Amino acid sequence: MRDGLYDTTNEHDGCGVAALARLDGRASRETVERAIGALINLEHRGAEGADATSGDGAGILIQIPDAFMRAVLADDGRELPPPDAYGLACCFLPRDEDHRGKLEAVIEEAVSEEGLETIAWRDVPVDDRAAGIRALEVAPHVRHLFVARAGLTGDALERRLYVLRRVIERRCGDELAVPSCSARTVVYKGMLSAPQLPRFYTDLGDSRVATALAIVHSRFSTNTFPSWSLAHPFHMSAHNGEFNTLLGNKSWMRAREARLSHGPLGPDVGRLLPAIAPGLSDSAAFDAVLELLVKGGRSLPHAVMLMTPEAHEGRNDIPQAIREFYEYGSMLMEPWDGPASLTFTDGQILGATLDRNGLRPGRWAITDDGWFALSSEAGAFRFDPARLVRVGRLLPGRLLIVDPAAGHVLSEREAELAVAGARPYGAWHAEHSLRMEDLPDAEPDDPPELALRERQLAFGWSQEDLCVLLAPMARDGKEPTGSMGNDAALAILSERQPPLFSYFKQLFAQVTNPSIDPVREQVVMSLSSIIGPEGDLLDEAPEQARRLVLDGPVIDDRDLARIVAADEATLAARPLDATWPLVAGEAGLDDALDRLCRDADAGLEAGAGVLIVSDRAVDRERVPIPSLLALACVHHHLVRSGTRTRAGLVVESGEPREVHHIAALIGYGASAVNPYLMLESLTALEGRAEPDVELEPGEAVSRVIAALDKGLLKILSKMGISTIHSYCGAQVFEAVGLEPGLIERHFTGTPSRIGGIGLDGLAREALTRHARAWPDAHGAVLPTHVEQGLLPAAHARLLPQGGIYSWRRDGERHMWDPETVAALQSVARGAGPEAYAEFKHRVNEENAAHGMLRGLMELHLAEDPAPLEEVEPVAEVVRRFSTGGMSLGSLSHEAHETLAVAMNRLGARSNTGEGGEDRRRFEPDPNGDLRRSAIKQVASGRFGVTIDYLVNADQLQIKISQGSKPGEGGQLPGHKIDAEIARLRHSTEGVELISPPPHHDIYSIEDLKQLIYDLRCANPRASVSVKLAAEVGVGTVAAGVAKANADHIVIAGHDGGTGASSLSSIQSAGVPWEIGLSETQQTLVRNDLRSRVAIQTDGQMRTGRDVVIAALLGADEVGFSTAPLVAAGCVMMRVCHLNTCPVGVATQDPELRRRFAGTPEQIVTYLLAVAEDVREIMASLGVRRYEELIGRADLLSPAAAVEHWKARDLDLSSLLTFADSPEHARRQTRGQEPVLDDSLDHLALIPATSRAISHGEHVRASFEVRNVHRTVGGLLSSEIVRRHGPDGLPEGSIEITLSGAAGQSLGAWLAPGVSLTVHGMVNDYAGKGLSGGIVSVRPHEECQFYARENVIAGNVALYGATSGRAFFAGLAGERFAVRNSGALAVVEGVGDHGCEYMTGGRVVVLGATGVNFAAGMSGGVAWVLDEDGDFAYRVNCDLVDLETPDGAREVELRDLIGEHRARTGSTVADHLLADWDAARGRFVQVMPRAYRAALERSDRALRANVGAAA
Amino acid sequence: MADPRGFLEVRRVPAPERAPRERVLDHDEIFGVLPDDELRGQARRCMDCGVPFCNNSCPLGNLIPDWNDLVRRGQWREALDQLHATNNFPEFTGLICPAPCESACVLDIGDDAVMIKQIEYAIIERGFEEGWVVARPPHARSGRKVAIVGSGPAGLAAAAELNQVGHTVTVFERDEAPGGLMRFGVPDAKLEKWIIDRRVALLEAEGIEFRYGVDVGRDIDATELSDDHDAVVVAIGSRIERPLEIPGSELDGVHFAMDYLYQRNRAVTIAHGGRAPAPEREISAAKKRVAVIGGGDTGMDCLSSANREGASDVVLLDVYGEVPAGGRYPDTPWPMSPRRTETTYALDEGGERHFGTQVVSFEGEAGRVALINGRRVEGSSSRALRPVPGSEFTREVDLCLVAIGFTHPQHEGLLEALDLRLDARGNVAAGVFASSRPGVYAAGDARTGQSLIVNAIADGRRAARLIDRDLRTAPTALAPAA
Repeated sequence: MRDGLYDTTNEHDGCGVAALARLDGRASRETVERAIGALINLEHRGAEGADATSGDGAGILIQIPDAFMRAVLADDGRELPPPDAYGLACCFLPRDEDHRGKLEAVIEEAVSEEGLETIAWRDVPVDDRAAGIRALEVAPHVRHLFVARAGLTGDALERRLYVLRRVIERRCGDELAVPSCSARTVVYKGMLSAPQLPRFYTDLGDSRVATALAIVHSRFSTNTFPSWSLAHPFHMSAHNGEFNTLLGNKSWMRAREARLSHGPLGPDVGRLLPAIAPGLSDSAAFDAVLELLVKGGRSLPHAVMLMTPEAHEGRNDIPQAIREFYEYGSMLMEPWDGPASLTFTDGQILGATLDRNGLRPGRWAITDDGWFALSSEAGAFRFDPARLVRVGRLLPGRLLIVDPAAGHVLSEREAELAVAGARPYGAWHAEHSLRMEDLPDAEPDDPPELALRERQLAFGWSQEDLCVLLAPMARDGKEPTGSMGNDAALAILSERQPPLFSYFKQLFAQVTNPSIDPVREQVVMSLSSIIGPEGDLLDEAPEQARRLVLDGPVIDDRDLARIVAADEATLAARPLDATWPLVAGEAGLDDALDRLCRDADAGLEAGAGVLIVSDRAVDRERVPIPSLLALACVHHHLVRSGTRTRAGLVVESGEPREVHHIAALIGYGASAVNPYLMLESLTALEGRAEPDVELEPGEAVSRVIAALDKGLLKILSKMGISTIHSYCGAQVFEAVGLEPGLIERHFTGTPSRIGGIGLDGLAREALTRHARAWPDAHGAVLPTHVEQGLLPAAHARLLPQGGIYSWRRDGERHMWDPETVAALQSVARGAGPEAYAEFKHRVNEENAAHGMLRGLMELHLAEDPAPLEEVEPVAEVVRRFSTGGMSLGSLSHEAHETLAVAMNRLGARSNTGEGGEDRRRFEPDPNGDLRRSAIKQVASGRFGVTIDYLVNADQLQIKISQGSKPGEGGQLPGHKIDAEIARLRHSTEGVELISPPPHHDIYSIEDLKQLIYDLRCANPRASVSVKLAAEVGVGTVAAGVAKANADHIVIAGHDGGTGASSLSSIQSAGVPWEIGLSETQQTLVRNDLRSRVAIQTDGQMRTGRDVVIAALLGADEVGFSTAPLVAAGCVMMRVCHLNTCPVGVATQDPELRRRFAGTPEQIVTYLLAVAEDVREIMASLGVRRYEELIGRADLLSPAAAVEHWKARDLDLSSLLTFADSPEHARRQTRGQEPVLDDSLDHLALIPATSRAISHGEHVRASFEVRNVHRTVGGLLSSEIVRRHGPDGLPEGSIEITLSGAAGQSLGAWLAPGVSLTVHGMVNDYAGKGLSGGIVSVRPHEECQFYARENVIAGNVALYGATSGRAFFAGLAGERFAVRNSGALAVVEGVGDHGCEYMTGGRVVVLGATGVNFAAGMSGGVAWVLDEDGDFAYRVNCDLVDLETPDGAREVELRDLIGEHRARTGSTVADHLLADWDAARGRFVQVMPRAYRAALERSDRALRANVGAAA
Repeated sequence: MADPRGFLEVRRVPAPERAPRERVLDHDEIFGVLPDDELRGQARRCMDCGVPFCNNSCPLGNLIPDWNDLVRRGQWREALDQLHATNNFPEFTGLICPAPCESACVLDIGDDAVMIKQIEYAIIERGFEEGWVVARPPHARSGRKVAIVGSGPAGLAAAAELNQVGHTVTVFERDEAPGGLMRFGVPDAKLEKWIIDRRVALLEAEGIEFRYGVDVGRDIDATELSDDHDAVVVAIGSRIERPLEIPGSELDGVHFAMDYLYQRNRAVTIAHGGRAPAPEREISAAKKRVAVIGGGDTGMDCLSSANREGASDVVLLDVYGEVPAGGRYPDTPWPMSPRRTETTYALDEGGERHFGTQVVSFEGEAGRVALINGRRVEGSSSRALRPVPGSEFTREVDLCLVAIGFTHPQHEGLLEALDLRLDARGNVAAGVFASSRPGVYAAGDARTGQSLIVNAIADGRRAARLIDRDLRTAPTALAPAA
């Protein structure tokens, strides 16, 4: 459903999920009650809409309560066949009776057609009073339908019921939903909150309703478009997560449908299709395919393993049989990739798994009285601690299967081994699969006679392509880096024929799913690509492995020649000519595409297994079709024809020359790409592009391919996708500037929201490029760019400059050019109103010419303008201004403080950026200036994010994405980290710092909600802001953020951004803020969420007109970054990442910092001029108060006179849709509801410790704690530091003992002087940001289990901790102590990625670790007890060395273990200390190399000082 | 990609020039080229700015960061290609351009600009040395004929470009040799004349015909010329000198700078064994007390020539105030060009510059100038000068050279004959190069008024593109060429 920019397909889920089973297999009433109880305990993970009474969705799946159903039907005089011999369909029917009757007749007819008999209909009793207002408006009439056929039972009956359901779903369409239809299970669900569920469905309260297993789920959805059917559980599964590859998975399923025929479903398959009904959410689509696989004959564990395989490539810690199963499985289908906690059942067994990266939590427990319980949080099920016999957690990519009837819990790979051992998958794979080295070597054809230069020209290459992109790749084997964002024209507004690739922007994960760190977490990534025809997904035959597996999707001429020459039926190659004759002109392109499709069909007809889309035929007479168009055209044609899986698509093109191009080709269905001209350009690198280092041509090729591979991993990881296999065809792109018809036909399913050029436009651009090479063929002497640029004829002998990455007079247009920079500097230096008028004129008039969407809009001036003096004063206007987050570290101290002082003088706000802030800046200067940044950013690195930092803020901003490089992490190179910056960041001077791509405490929307809660606790007086970057769907994400309780949302435009990133990221991800802001405004107003949050937007704000347009499109506030920097002297060098800023703005070099000449006055002068400009425009609009501007899109219209031939095709109507709803606010009018009132701190901890806080007394207290108590100790810490400063209270002042399972974020930013000791367990994020306090966790005294074998803490403990100590007497989950920079911790075993990105502190692990330990660890020390001697296999040794602890370090280690024993009573510690001499040799010391070097440097310096003093 | 740390590690050095005391004794080129390794070091200082202000400030749009980087790498051949891609005559600009690029260099903020001009000159000289600069005649001829009147930088650039795309070009020059003011206004000390000849020889080899000593409008009929060609380009410069309208200007010994410089340049040609017409009446500075009025480049060239002639005393009177340290007045902040340079080659060789000095009148003896009456003035614009009370002075002089600029092109002759419309300042009205007369275009100073050589080259080549566009779209009125 679409309206304006709002599109329901963008919705996302997060949630809480739980499952419960009786290990005696007996149906029990208690199972239902406990499951619902757990659901209610997870309620904080769900969400409510604007209408606080309506939940996002909750549900329960149970076994059919036969006794109950039998009894209620008997009351009506109906009799059911024996259990397992009848089916129960739960139907969501329309409430309108006539309508319902018609549908029921359709259903009954289908029942009889399927050879079944309708036994009875039953109205499911519901209590409408229990549901919310909006939920009721769309509530269905819920009925149960009972059907049966004599003699039909078991799996055969299940299959029949499945077919029946698909048939009636297809016939009834949207008006009917069938949440369950099975002889084994029944689902109760709806648009309800967890507590509403049992009250709404009164069945659930009936004591006869019993089950041996149950799955419950409560949903947090970013959408608010009401839906009952999208609540979980689905037919076989419930899902907490998101499938990032959905679009690809859906098209591949569609492509496979024609081949489905094997297995027990047999000919019925045809009646089930499409396998994925339109309109399903990602979770529902997954469920649909899972069910197809299971009903098609695979076991449930087998089907799950096929769809969400564990990361297995290059892993030697996975049993061989399992690895082989996954290898074989990869030949059948691509993974469904994305963060996931999946719980599934067929009514007989219950299972669960996590995604390969373990990005969702899952904690389980087994009791001695026969319960198996699994939930998102420990403690959601309340068991007597004395009954617990095992507690554990779900592991990344691993199956956990419970067979209640057999009383088994299979958690140690037993289930996977059973599946993998069922058939000789390894042998099949080994025998049939092909690798490049299996193919005979072949010589590529000689390159054509045509000069390289001519072909480069014809494909639109520029000099920048060679010297800015290609040469560094050849030299360094990685993509080049840039800074200061992308201010170049959008492709659709460019006059320079950018490649079609430039019209596509990469999508990226934000909030609802995490991006991945492809470098540090390479272990989960895979580049492997598969070419060749696929078999029948429902079949399982050895020959299905007969496909070619590539190590990576980028191949060279020789590889391609090998494929072509291979004597393999499945690789029979057929070239498709992707050029068209020049004589056919513009119109020839359409014909050429038709011909391509016909050729592809003919190729398949002739038995081709590989289709090679090739533009090799380019020459003076033949024009290359844009390679992405040619490829996507064939791909979608074959998908539509149902023949797509019969062959692999390979692209051979001269056009791709950067990683974004390759990614786009793969994203639209290519299995492999040979960028031949790129590689050929290397072998004959001409002149200026030649790398400094002499390279063998072959070496250059492999470095470039390595650079492309790395870049690809980065692109897919920013969308949270781990494998090329599932990225292929996933189309995670948004088009900007392409016509809907073109998209519909060739890029089906791609969002393209403002229209744009079509085929004729693309043809015109292709012809213009072609004419650069052969102007005479086009009847010209000089190519257009030389002729029109009035350049010398000699220019035609060179490639065009490009001018994308650095400005050139004859290159691409930019918002910042020499004239605008100079004009703004002149304004800032006080050149007066004429100078501002000149600047404004230049910016506004040229906005359209320089490629800005806002340049294409016109303001509706009032017939009756307001007198200027009645417009609110400048001082009010500037309050809505802030600067963007630019860290000290990227900026010099001088520049950073100048910004802060200027913004404080204005009464506006500056933003710290990521990197801490010196507390000396918290106090005013003698002259009254304040250097404190009002906005404190909390980014993924958490550098310097201490409780003191958080307390000293007016606003806390969670930076999810930034405009310049959304979805990516950052790096501050060592040379920018001086002693001062290292101190503020709690790191080591000169040692590079890494900000991870995701916040490791935000893997989902409910996690964000938790972080917002944490920050509120840390500083209840600050507002909480969430910074997002504009992309399609940002509006729905923003809706989720508003529901997650943020006060403020920033929508960053793609064009802003000052940070350093790879050039392709700066250029190719994100969209203009005009689109993102507008989508956000429309979505929030429509859902009545707008009143709760303030919206800020940023991205190259420069003049009053920019500000007013932002306000009209929905922004309460605007952010400025580049312009204030320019006002302070920045000249857009774009070398921020090199530390060589010649004007001292973005450098730490002391010599260059001295050159900084900016003053606060300059920034103040400029922003006051902007504010005055805003006032004047307000007056001309007849608007007196800023707030009246907000959201008035009706005051904007598309500019009438648009010169640009391409811009004329744009359609801004959806962008300018006026979100106007009488009862919904268009701006922030109220705050969020308070959430801290029921926190344990507020209710108990603070009252109990008040004498410690106020009088420094020593206080001890004990409390019960439950998982619903979150962020325990947070508010208390805030209070302490607010009163006593960063040093808090003396150690031991407040000692709190808690018993039970504590909720998430226990001890977050715990202040010095507080110790929390938990007897029981803790959930995720324990000790997050630990700021000096002490956290100890020990098993409940009555527990029967041995602590060290059981999981006592969740994931991501101690994330971003800066000081303090933590002790865990048991196992912790994934990413223990991630980005720790100073805390000391002891734990008895950890999951994967332990100590990731750690920069300081000490970690002791008295037991096993998971894989990838110490990835990205650049500081601090870890000691691991390596009892089995295999720890070395699980360490990521990129940055660390393994040593034996000795000397002072050994003492440190022993002391920590001693304290661990003292605080937790750990028996492990006790044993070790009892025989320390034996124990100490078993420890491995993990020492970061850079850290050791830095320590040695400072030791030497110290000794030198001491020596000098002596 | 530049060397990011070059500017931190290398200091700017002065461009090599011969010692003033030595060079003032001859007429030879005073500037040299740094040794290869030093040049490459200087090129390292270029930061390859994200926004290269040099590229914008250069009227030609020279790809300065690009060729700086190539020089840094020692890739001279490719650097030459990049240089020629925007500049038809880098050997001229490399010597006598005032280098607005260097004023706009980002390093000029609080550091010294990259020595762009020196690098430019080095590239082109290397190109000639290596034999890389060769004639490239067009592949095919269009059959269209173009006449270019004037062989200054604008005319030469237009000729080169129109020829390159296949038109048949003839250049008509009033004087005895090509180059316009480059030849007759600029002393050999700055630009030896063989450098012009070398380029013109290449243009001839590419097929351009040059006709010297032909004053169109006098020696040949202008309308006939127009009828005989598909296009005529008026590139006659802006040669009418701005008079100093004060009492005594008519006195003997008060001369326009250009009259003097023409003579000096011809004298040097003759001294070097060349041929040139003798002056009707010699203007000499030898052993005289000389006052040059006007502190621009022409004034400096007068100063330099007078010193070489052996003047007994030379003073340069400049109405503008003293140049602030760093060379910039407040109204010309970076990246704008400063109005005056701090020092010049001529001042290094002798003579004095008096800032803020206005000449009020001349007094003569026997019809010959003897005395200057002047006063001190303040103010940054020539239109708003304030006399300093009590600052009046007199100075004895034998020769006064007036170098206060040019007003417009000569109207008599060609312009009148073609009946071209003029703009308010007396220049040929030719907004987008086309004049009021169909088929007649104007380029360079004749169109824009007095300007820099680099503007003239840019104007000439742009004119060529638009003329070519017209020629390709309009049918020829001429009989097919034989």
